[in-house]
Amino acid sequence: MASLRTTSRLIASSRPLFRPASLARSYATVESGAQEPAPKVKKFQVYRWNPDTPSEKPKMQTYELDLNKTGPMMLDALIRIKNEIDPTLTFRRSCREGICGSCAMNIDGVNTLACLCRIPTDTTKESRIYPLPHTYVVKDLVPDLTQFYKQYKSIKPYLQRETKSEDGLEYRQSPADRKKLDGLYECILCACCSTSCPSYWWNSEEYLGPAILLQSYRWLADSRDEKTAERKHALDNSMSVYRCHTILNCTRTCPKGLNPARAIAEIKKMMAAH
Amino acid sequence: MLSQKVAQQSLRRLAVQQPYAMRWSLMTAASPVAVVIGRNIQTRYAATSTNTTEPTKLLAEQRLRRPVSPHLTIYRPQITWYGSAVHRITGLMLSGPLYLWATAYLASPLLGWHLESASMAAAFGALPLLAKVGLKGFFAWPFTYHCLNGLRHLMWDLGRGITNKQVIQTGWTVVGASAAAALFLALL
Repeated sequence: MASLRTTSRLIASSRPLFRPASLARSYATVESGAQEPAPKVKKFQVYRWNPDTPSEKPKMQTYELDLNKTGPMMLDALIRIKNEIDPTLTFRRSCREGICGSCAMNIDGVNTLACLCRIPTDTTKESRIYPLPHTYVVKDLVPDLTQFYKQYKSIKPYLQRETKSEDGLEYRQSPADRKKLDGLYECILCACCSTSCPSYWWNSEEYLGPAILLQSYRWLADSRDEKTAERKHALDNSMSVYRCHTILNCTRTCPKGLNPARAIAEIKKMMAAH
Repeated sequence: MLSQKVAQQSLRRLAVQQPYAMRWSLMTAASPVAVVIGRNIQTRYAATSTNTTEPTKLLAEQRLRRPVSPHLTIYRPQITWYGSAVHRITGLMLSGPLYLWATAYLASPLLGWHLESASMAAAFGALPLLAKVGLKGFFAWPFTYHCLNGLRHLMWDLGRGITNKQVIQTGWTVVGASAAAALFLALL
């Protein structure tokens, strides 16, 4: 097994030697045919900041790409910039299909996933790409989400239950109860909504923000969870939930089409009822 | 024979001089038998260790150097957060003058000001028409906007009308209706 792997790796690493240079960097690029169409050059302004030179202020750097040779999505453009123009450009990405939440960033003023965001074909307008708003920047488009994840951990995002199930096998739930979790469990925690919320911008130390509150509600609404009272008690203060002023940027920006604002409204209703 | 002996000797020397290097090399080089019977455990030394005892201290140190990404200035103007900001501003425009006037009214006997209803009405009546309409509009629009948008907030607190489409529709409805109502009040 180990010997097999090393040989295959050897072959793989030696392959580029026998490949023409033009094919070596064909990632997210449409191969041009015999007749090249007129180039559609679009400008991309990208936020840059390098932690190696922390005294230098963040700046916008302009890149130009021919849209004919670029994939349709913003992530394709970013990957092409990194591969072909500037390898120092830094951003997170993984699945390229909107399920991992890594490539969340502010594109043309709105938070979204770069992999789900089409490049506007209007080449007269430049696209502006920033990291998620009001976050500490690690480098370029990479935000520090430590606080976000700590807040997620603080709501105990797992099933809490003391009693055993009747058959000792699984915790059952009626189809109607299961339906309550639709629109909640799909959240991928990309932090687009939380960082679009002005209230979260000013109070991110104590206010949980839309994404974490949606997750909170996902466990409050779960019929199998038995710690609903404790969960509500943990939220019962002026900051955790009630910094939400129903601004509704969260629902407006969610790249998965979920509704954090509705989840928060439901939490408020639950809190008022008890 | 001779080469085998040399190799053996050098291995022994390595084991004595650098026992950790020896163990490391033994662990990474999995024997074929171990691989076949599934006893091969891979150890990776490339993993980064994070300070789990004092994460907040590390975070604070990093935050001293890191810039905060732009927010208010770059976020696209949308009816959601602009409407909310206007709601707050109109609230201030209504409550601010009320507090100012109420405090001035309390202090007026001491300062010799005349802020009673009769003298206020007389002073307002003496203004030119355009100033009357302007002044009424200045207070009427914050009032109408804040009231109508307040209805939206009450609706949301009941968990209704909170989808994207409804929020955009009701938002612009409130803008239009409040402007019309304010114009009507200003021309009264």
